[in-house]
Amino acid sequence: MLLISCPNCGPRDETEFHYGGQAHVAYPENPAELTDREWAEYLFYRDNTKGAFAERWLHSTGCRQWFNMLRDTVTYDIQAIYPMGQLRPATAPTAPSVTSPVSPEGAVK
Amino acid sequence: MTTEHLPEHPDFLWRNPDPKSSYDAVIVGGGGHGLATAYYLAKNHGMTNIAILEKGWLAGGNMARNTTIIRSNYLWDESAAIYETALKLWEILPEELDYDFLFSQRGVMNLAHTLGDVRESIRRVGANKLNGVDAEWLDPQQVKELCPILNINDNIRYPVMGATYQPRAGIAKHDHVAWAFARKCDELGVDIIQNCEVTGFLKEGNRVVGVKTTRGTIHTEKVGLCAAGHSSVLAEMAGFRLPIQSHPLQALVSELHEPVHPTVVMSNHVHVYVSQAHKGELVMGAGVDSYNGYGQRGSFHVIEHQMAAAVELFPIFARAHVLRTWGGIVDTTLDASPIVGTTPVENMFVNCGWGTGGFKGTPAAGLTFAHTIATGEPHTLNKPFSLERFETGALIDEHGAAAVAH
Repeated sequence: MLLISCPNCGPRDETEFHYGGQAHVAYPENPAELTDREWAEYLFYRDNTKGAFAERWLHSTGCRQWFNMLRDTVTYDIQAIYPMGQLRPATAPTAPSVTSPVSPEGAVK
Repeated sequence: MTTEHLPEHPDFLWRNPDPKSSYDAVIVGGGGHGLATAYYLAKNHGMTNIAILEKGWLAGGNMARNTTIIRSNYLWDESAAIYETALKLWEILPEELDYDFLFSQRGVMNLAHTLGDVRESIRRVGANKLNGVDAEWLDPQQVKELCPILNINDNIRYPVMGATYQPRAGIAKHDHVAWAFARKCDELGVDIIQNCEVTGFLKEGNRVVGVKTTRGTIHTEKVGLCAAGHSSVLAEMAGFRLPIQSHPLQALVSELHEPVHPTVVMSNHVHVYVSQAHKGELVMGAGVDSYNGYGQRGSFHVIEHQMAAAVELFPIFARAHVLRTWGGIVDTTLDASPIVGTTPVENMFVNCGWGTGGFKGTPAAGLTFAHTIATGEPHTLNKPFSLERFETGALIDEHGAAAVAH
């Protein structure tokens, strides 16, 4: 079980939280102009990084606030916790990381 | 159950050749699906100059980590067709492969605990019957008759309100299945190469022409990816993306017991599925960890939740001891259905996304994927499971019948 330091409430067990998937996936700026391929990228395609991965978590049974977390998907080390809207901190991956050919901000730019 | 004994190991299972410099086709991943694919490539399509590359040891990944359940009672036509094909192959494979891997058709019950479950289950029984899949609806008393140790009192947290039942479903000894396929592959001339990790791909333009490995570069006409949880890692090396998220899924076994559990019981609602192995261990599966992960272990709170449900449903389990727990990495898709077919890279094919249901699909995955690799075209059965469905929207939403929510 992960011990997650909620930015508002402090360290709590993982069972108090909900996982929200990859962080920094922006809603398309011009949705009406997206192709089917671009919609597929936005809806279904996410990075599946082996190594340091930026993801969203919700402290659902505590302050009920969302925040971002940088976590290693091999060792499960929590490397950073930072507010929504803030850029991903520069933290060296501790496991061999596979980088996506697509921007970490999501496919839609 | 007690009369069955583990088969003797044959003296000779497979060679351990060094990789050649080129093959007609290379299968990445030496688990059940990779082995079955190579077997049907050789048997049905006459392709014998092929290699299976396995980064660890043969069938040491999810093939060694699943809970061995085989069933075909899926909801949608596309899924029922491919899983029922698999079940029919399971029924003939022990003879065909000349290896008794203890396929035991002891039946599978999927319990219903709420009125919503009941309606969904009865609907699925109807859908199964329309697709020629054997299925019955059982009331709680009939459930009790089939599995006497189940608690069917209606005053518990998860009362048993009935169950779907597929009598032809069952379990098989997974490691023996792998060895059976491996031995036949080897006899047919397939090179099974272990400790050989793929580190990259050689491409000419958009066409794959070779595989870079920790044991040298191998040139090949065609590449089939069968790497389950690591499929998206390989796809990224090849320059395309897969809509796959990898999660740890864990299971556990108890110490050995006298035969107490004559069938397979699954509960989607409370996330427990139980059978008793031929030797006597109670084999139980839990849910997936919610977060992405590649560490082959699961969270303690997930099995804690599963055990609480198991002890309530099977009160006698309260005195059983856990012998060991482990995790596998499952490759999940947003519609809980696999991805089998062509990729954006020419001559590269992918078989992945089986999530928590890969073992039962092994023979049909191999049969249809071999067809796709040999002909370059989808097989009738895997055509609906193409990568393109995420663009066309023709999803196959199997969350209800996939048994583990993911």
